[in-house]
Amino acid sequence: MNQRLSVSSDPGGPGPDAFAIHAVDLRRRFGERWAVDGVNLAVPSSQIYGFLGPNGAGKSTTVRMLCGLLIPTGGRATVLGHDVARDPGGVHLAIGAALQATAIDDRQTGLEHLRLQGRLYGLRRAETERRIAELQDLIELGEAIQRPAATYSGGMKRRLDLALALIHNPDVLFLDEPTTGLDPVSRFKLWDEVRRINRERGTTVFLTTQYLEEADELAERVGIIADGRLVAEGTPDELKRRIGADVVIARVSGDPERARQVLDGIPEVERVDVDATEVTATVGDGPTAITPVAVALAAAEISVETLTLRQPTLDDVFLAVTGHRLATGTAAQPDAGASELATTGRTSQ
Amino acid sequence: MTTTAESTSTTVDQRAAGVAPNLARRAGFFRDVASIAARSLRQARREPETLFPPIFVPVFFFMILVGSLEDTFGHTGLNDFRAFQLPVSVVLAVTGLTRAPSVVTDITTGYFERLLLSPVNRMALLLGMMVADAAIVVALCVPVLVMGAIVGVEFVTGFVGILAFVVFATAWSIAYVGILYAVALRSANPTVTSQTFLLYFPFVFLSTTMVPREAMKGWLSTVAGFNPLTYVYAALRSLITEGWSGPDLLKGVVAIVIVGACTHTLAYAALRGRVSRSRP
Ligand SMILES: Nc1ncnc2c1ncn2[C@@H]1O[C@H](COP(=O)(O)OP(=O)(O)O)[C@@H](O)[C@H]1O
Ligand SMILES: [Mg+2]
Repeated sequence: MNQRLSVSSDPGGPGPDAFAIHAVDLRRRFGERWAVDGVNLAVPSSQIYGFLGPNGAGKSTTVRMLCGLLIPTGGRATVLGHDVARDPGGVHLAIGAALQATAIDDRQTGLEHLRLQGRLYGLRRAETERRIAELQDLIELGEAIQRPAATYSGGMKRRLDLALALIHNPDVLFLDEPTTGLDPVSRFKLWDEVRRINRERGTTVFLTTQYLEEADELAERVGIIADGRLVAEGTPDELKRRIGADVVIARVSGDPERARQVLDGIPEVERVDVDATEVTATVGDGPTAITPVAVALAAAEISVETLTLRQPTLDDVFLAVTGHRLATGTAAQPDAGASELATTGRTSQ
Repeated sequence: MTTTAESTSTTVDQRAAGVAPNLARRAGFFRDVASIAARSLRQARREPETLFPPIFVPVFFFMILVGSLEDTFGHTGLNDFRAFQLPVSVVLAVTGLTRAPSVVTDITTGYFERLLLSPVNRMALLLGMMVADAAIVVALCVPVLVMGAIVGVEFVTGFVGILAFVVFATAWSIAYVGILYAVALRSANPTVTSQTFLLYFPFVFLSTTMVPREAMKGWLSTVAGFNPLTYVYAALRSLITEGWSGPDLLKGVVAIVIVGACTHTLAYAALRGRVSRSRP
C-alpha cells in the first residue's frame, strides 16, 4: 500500500559533495530505541528542505547529528563535504543552527549574546558590528537589546536565537521547529525571513516542523519522517499528487471500519484510510465522486456528521504513509493552505 | 591577533556571484579563552550576591576564632594566632569559589550546545571559566589581606611574599574547582553540583585549620598528613611568619599540582564526554 509513495532510498547519483547535506543510512540509537533508523538525505545547495514529522519522530536527533553535536550510531553524513563524525569542526564553520530549545542565556543582554557569538566565530569587531546592523530587522529588539535576556518574551528570544545562528553568514542553516510556540504574525514574519536569507545568499535551509502549512509554504522539498524513518519525500505538490487528485473526508459517528468497507466498494474511490472517526477516501475527481460516496454511506445507514471534499494536504499524505494523522493542534482542522472545494454539512440521516 | 583565517567554507560560486561570504573562522585559542572568561566575569558582576558568602564566612570565622581561641592557643607554642588564622580565612574564601554551577544552567538552557556549535576551542570553554574564577579569587584575596593588615598581621617576606601568598591561594583554588567543573559537566544537575560543595568540609576540617600539626594527636594527625590542604596551609603560613622556606613552599606546590592533576583530568574528561557527542 505504501509503495505508491516512493522514498528516495538511494541519493547516490552525482557524488556526495554535490549536495549541501548528504546522509546515507543515518542512524542513532538511545538505549534500545532507534530514534533515527536509516535516514537518507540529499539536499542540494540553496534549497529549503522541510523535515516534517510529529513529536518524537526523530527530527531533532537527525538535526543534531547533521550539526556535529551527536555522533551517529550508524551510517554517515556530510555537510558541504565535511563528515559530521570525523570533521565536526569543518561542519561548525559551515553551518548556523537554531535548535529546538532557544539557546539564550538569561544573564546576558541581547547585544552581549551577539558580540560574543561574533567573537567565537572569529569575526573582527567591525565585522560583528556590521552584521548586527544588517540583522537589525530580524532582531528587532529596540532598546531591549541592552537588557538581560531574562526580560525577553518567547518571540524575542527566538528572533535573537535566529540572529545568533546567522551572525557569520552560514552556508547551511539548520532550524529545528523555528516557529513552534510563535503567534501567527511572528510565524509569517519568520517565514519571510527564512525565504529572504535563502534568496539573497543562496543559503541552504534545513528546517524541521510539525506544521503542515509551514512545510507546504516554505519548503521546496519535503521529507516526512515518522518513527525515525523517512516515509515519503518530494515537493509538496508531488507528494499531494501522488495521493490522488482529491480527497473526500467523512466524519462518522458509527463504526468507521464499516464506512471503510462501504467506500472501498465504490469504483471512483482509489483508497480509503481511517483515523479515529474520520474516513478519508482518495478519489480521482472530487465532484464526480462525492455523490456516489454520499449515496453509498446513506444506503449503508452510516450516520455521517460532516462530509468534506477538498484537495489533498500533506496531512493526507502523512495519513496515507503512516496510517494516522499528524497529532498537532493544526492537524485537527483542514489544512489552511488547501482550498475547500465543497462542503456538505450534516448529511446524517 | 591570533586570528587564523583557515577553512572558511564559502563556495567559489558564492564569491563569484558577489554574495556575502561566510565569515566564520577559528578565532584562536587565546582569544577564545578571553571571550569565555569575559562572559563569565560579566555574569559574576550581575550576580554580586554570590560573592557575599565567600567574603562573609572567612571574616566571620576569623573574628570568632581569633576572639575565642587566641588565649587558649597561647601556650601551644604558637605565638601569633592571627598570623596562623589568616591563611584559613583565605582558604575558606577561595576553596570552591567558582562559576562552575553556571555550566549546569548553560547545559539546561541549551546555551552550552550553542557554544559547542561554534568553532570555539573546546579546551577554551573550560579554561576560560577557570581564568574568570582565578580573577575573582585574586580580587577576593584583597579584602582578606586588608582585614589581616587591620588586625596587625605582617608578612616577614614583605610585598613579594604577599604576591606569592595570592598566587598560592589562587593556584589552590583553581586546582580544587576542577572537581566542581567535572561534576557540573558530567551530571548537568544543579542538586548534584551543589552537593559537591560539601567536599569542602572534610578537606577543611581534616586539616590544620584550627590547630597546628604539632598539637594534633593520633588518627587526625595521620589524616591531616594525607590532606593536601595541610601543605597549602603550611606554605601560606610560612610566607607570613617564617620567611622564604624552600621545603614548605615546595611541598605546597606539589600538593596543589597533585590535586590539580586529579581534578582537572576529571574535568577535561567530563568536557570531552559532552563534546565527543557520544552521550545524549
Ligand atoms: N537524549 C536522548 N536520550 C534518550 N532518548 C532520546 C534522546 N533524544 C531523543 N530521544 C528519543 O528519540 C526519539 C526521537 O526524538 P527527537 O529526535 O527529539 O524527535 P522530534 O525532534 O522529532 O520530536 C524520541 O522517542 C525521544 O524520546
Ligand atoms: Mg524535536
